[in-house]
Amino acid sequence: MRAYFEQLAADLESRARPSEVLISRLNAEDSDFIRFNKSAVRQATSVRQVGWTLTLIDGTRRIDASTSLTGRLAEDRATLTGLLDTLRIAIADVPEDPFLLVETKPATTASERRGALPDPSEVIDAVLDAGRGLDLVGFHASGPLYRGFASSLGVRHWHAVENFNFNWCLYHDRDKAVKSSYAGDRWEPAAFDARMRFAREQLARLREPPRKLAPGAYRTYFAPAAMTELLGMLSWAGFGLKSRNTKQSALIRMAEEEAAMSPLVTLRENTADGIASPFQAEGFVRPAAVPLVDGGRLAAPLVSPRSAREYGVATNGANAQETPESLDLAAGSLPQEDALRALGTGLFVGNLWYLNFSDRASCRLTGMTRFASFWVERGQIVAPLDVMRFDDTAYRILGENLEALTRERDLVPESDTYEERSTLSMRTPGALVRDFTLTL
Amino acid sequence: MDTLKAEFLKAVPAVDFAALRFVEEANEYLTVRQDVCEPPQLSTTRGAMVTVMDGGGLGYAATSDLTGAGLREAIARARHYAEITAGRSVVDYAGIEMPSAKGEYRSPVARDPQSLSRSEKYALLAGEARQCRVDDRIVDWEANLWTTHSSQAYFTADGGEIVQEFHYVVPNMSATAYADGESQTRTQGGRSNGFCQQGGLEVLEAFGLAGSGRAVGEGALELLLAPNCPSGTMDIVLMPDQMMLQIHESIGHPLELDRILGDERNFAGTSFVTLDMFGTYRYGSDLLDVTYDPTRARQFASYGWDDDGSRAEKQYLIRRGLLERPLGGAISQKRAGVAGVANTRACSWNRAPIDRMANLNIEPGTSSLDELVGAVKLGVLMRTNVSWSIDDSRNKFQFGCEWGRVIRDGRLAEVVKNPNYRGISATFWRSLSGVGDASTFEVLGTPFCGKGEPAQAIRVGHASPACRFSAIDVFGGAA
Repeated sequence: MRAYFEQLAADLESRARPSEVLISRLNAEDSDFIRFNKSAVRQATSVRQVGWTLTLIDGTRRIDASTSLTGRLAEDRATLTGLLDTLRIAIADVPEDPFLLVETKPATTASERRGALPDPSEVIDAVLDAGRGLDLVGFHASGPLYRGFASSLGVRHWHAVENFNFNWCLYHDRDKAVKSSYAGDRWEPAAFDARMRFAREQLARLREPPRKLAPGAYRTYFAPAAMTELLGMLSWAGFGLKSRNTKQSALIRMAEEEAAMSPLVTLRENTADGIASPFQAEGFVRPAAVPLVDGGRLAAPLVSPRSAREYGVATNGANAQETPESLDLAAGSLPQEDALRALGTGLFVGNLWYLNFSDRASCRLTGMTRFASFWVERGQIVAPLDVMRFDDTAYRILGENLEALTRERDLVPESDTYEERSTLSMRTPGALVRDFTLTL
Repeated sequence: MDTLKAEFLKAVPAVDFAALRFVEEANEYLTVRQDVCEPPQLSTTRGAMVTVMDGGGLGYAATSDLTGAGLREAIARARHYAEITAGRSVVDYAGIEMPSAKGEYRSPVARDPQSLSRSEKYALLAGEARQCRVDDRIVDWEANLWTTHSSQAYFTADGGEIVQEFHYVVPNMSATAYADGESQTRTQGGRSNGFCQQGGLEVLEAFGLAGSGRAVGEGALELLLAPNCPSGTMDIVLMPDQMMLQIHESIGHPLELDRILGDERNFAGTSFVTLDMFGTYRYGSDLLDVTYDPTRARQFASYGWDDDGSRAEKQYLIRRGLLERPLGGAISQKRAGVAGVANTRACSWNRAPIDRMANLNIEPGTSSLDELVGAVKLGVLMRTNVSWSIDDSRNKFQFGCEWGRVIRDGRLAEVVKNPNYRGISATFWRSLSGVGDASTFEVLGTPFCGKGEPAQAIRVGHASPACRFSAIDVFGGAA
C-alpha cells in the first residue's frame, strides 16, 4: 500500500504547475467487522476502502476534495488526474484564504506496526466457545489501517498499523452487564481467556439484588473506563485555541478566571505513546507531548495550522477540530488494589454513558452510570446499582472533590468506527472522588 | 451503473440470496466564519456492498474497488462470511425471504443547487453572516451550507432493481456572545444541523436564510443578558426544534426493533420497551399520535425503499397513546415475529443496513400556540436543542435548550438562558397535555444519528408541532 501511495502521489506532483502546491492524503483500511448477540453472530462484514484527499493550493487559494479509489494504480491515476483538472477549474471560484498554512519544510517520517491478527473464523470460534451458556453481545474489528501524507513541497509521511479491538458484554438481565475489551496487535488465546474469566466473575456479582439510590452526593471511585468518558468531554470542547479564543471552550473559566482542577490533574496530548499517526492533515509532525493541564492549571492549547495563522502563534500539530488524539492523564499514587478500601462506602462506577454539557460555560456535565457499577460498603462490593443520572461540574469531580488517582493506568483504544476505524486512544488512571452528585 | 449491474449478475454465484447496493455521494461544504470564506470541502464517496445469504449464513462485503475484479473479490468475501456464519448466527437466514422489488425514487428539487456558482453561494452566506455582529460582544459567528447529491442502486440476483436519487440541503447559522466570563450561543438550525431537508436551493427559503444572521446575533446577546432558567416542577412548551430531539431519543430509539432484540446492547444500548408491549402498552396520553412516514415530500429521510429492498409506506407506531408497532425492517420482523416498517438502512455503501428511524413524526393536534401557552400558570417555553443525554434503556433523560421564555399566568414573560429539563420516557409522554395544530408544525431532522457496530451516522427526519407537557422537573445553569 505504501508503494501504491507514493507512486500515485509522485505522479500527481509531477503535474504540479510552478504556482501550485499539491497535497495528497490517503486513508485506507481492510477491515473485518463481526457483531455478536446472544452468543451468536448477528452480522459479519468485510470492508475494503481506499480514500484519497487531494488539496490544490494556488497562491492563497485552497480547495480540498476527497474521493474513493479502487486501490489499483492505473484506474486511480486516471481518477486523480481528472480530479486535479476539476480542482484547477474550481479554484478560480474560491476566495483567497488569509489563514492558509501547510508544512513547507521537506521531511520524511514512516512508522509501521505489523501484527498477527486472527482469522475471522478463529474469532467466531473463540467467542462462541467462550459465550456458551451466557448472554454475550459484542463487536470485533480487525485489520490494517493506512495513513499517508505527501506534498509537492517534499513532505512524505506514512503510518500503518495492524490491530484488533474486541469489546463485549456479558449480560445478566435487562441493563445489567459486564463490559470488557481485548485489543492489541497479536491475538493471544490465553489473554482472551483470562479477560473472559474475569468478566464471568464480575457477572456473578450482578446476580445480587440491585441497590436503588436516592439522588444526592456519593463518595465514588471511577474505574479507568468511566474516566475516559469524563475526559472525553474535556477533549470534545476543552483544549482547542479556537474554542478558547471564541469563548466556547468548556474550560473557559480556567482560561479567563481563576477556576482550577486539583493539583493531581496533569493532562497531556501524548502522541509518543499513542496509536494515532504522528502527523496531521497539513503535514505538520506532532511533538511527542503537549501539556494541556499542568498540576490543575490550564497549560498550552491545541493549535491547528489554521488557528496558528488566525491568532499569530505556532501550530503544535493539532487536527482541524483541535481535539486530542492521545490524551494522557498522569498517574497518581493510590494502588489500584487498594481502591475499594480507600473508597470505603460509596459507588464503584465501572462505566459512564451518554455524557453532555448541562452548562458548558461552567463545565457542568450530565450523563448516566452504565454496566458493572456497584454499591460498596467497608471496601467490599455489596450490590449492583440501578442506573443513575449525574449532574456535576468537572471542577468539582476533578477539582475540590478529587482525593486520589490510581498508580496504575489503562491504555484505552477508541473503539469508534464512524466512517473508518479510529486510531485515537486515551491513557488514564482510576479516580477516587469525595462526592459525586446524582440527580435522577 | 448498468455496467456494475451486468458485472454483478455475471459474477454472482448460485446462492440462496445475493444483492448489490451501490452508493455514490457527492458533498459540498461551505463555511464563512467571522467574514472569512474557508476553503470549500468537497468529497465523493463511491462503492458497493455485496450481501450473500446461503446455507443459513449471512455475509456482507464492501469495496471501493468497482472494477470487475474488485467486485468478484467482494462477492467471494461475502460468500465466505456466509459460509463461516452458517449455523452460528442469531437466526437461520435461510428462513427469511428477502424482497425483490423494482422502482425509482427521486427527491423533489425546484431549484438545482448547482444553479448558483460557488462564489455566489459564498456571497450569500457572507452577506447574511455579516449581519450576526450586532454588538462588540459577539465574539464568533459562522454560516454554513452543506449540499449532497446521492445516487443509489440496489440489485438482487433474482431481478430486483431499485434506483433512488437524493438531494439534501443543510444550512446553518450561529453566533456566540461573551461578556464577564459568560458565553452564550444562538443558532438557527441547532448544533446538530436540525434544519435539514431534501430538495434544492428552495430549502434555503424554508430555512429563512434571509434575516437569520441578525436574528442569531440578537438572540445570542439576548441570552447573554438573560437570567438563568428557574428551577422547579412546572409545565413546559417545547417548540419543534426541541421536540425533534425529544421524539428522537425517547420514542425513536426505544422503538428500534434491533435494540429490543439486543443487537445494540454492547454500544448504543437496549430499550425499556419489550416485545410484549406492542398492542397493549400506553406510551403516552391520548393526544399522542406518532408515525413513521417516509412519504412526506422534502423530509430528510424520505425514500421509496429501504436498503433491504422493502417498500416504504407510512405507518402509525403510536395511536392515541397506544403502542402499535416497532421500527424494525424485514430481518428484525422475522426474528421478532412482529410487524414493523421498511427502515433497514445503511449510512453508506461501506456499512451493513440495520434498523434506523428514518422519518419519525408527531401528527398535528388542534391547539394554537396561544392556546398551548394560555393554559400554563407557571412554566417555560423552550426552543432549539443544545444538550441531550439519556440512559442506555432510553428511559432517564436530561435535555437542554438554547433559549427559554418563562410563561406566567398564560402569558409569555422574560427570556431565560440554559433551560434544562429531565424526566423518564416511560412516564414523560403520559404528561403530554397539549399538541399544537398545523400552524405550529415544522419539518426538521438531523444528519447525525449515531448507532451500530461498525458505527453509522445516518440521516433522520422529525416533524412535529409544538407540544405542552405538565409537571416536569425544570432547572437552569450553574451560575
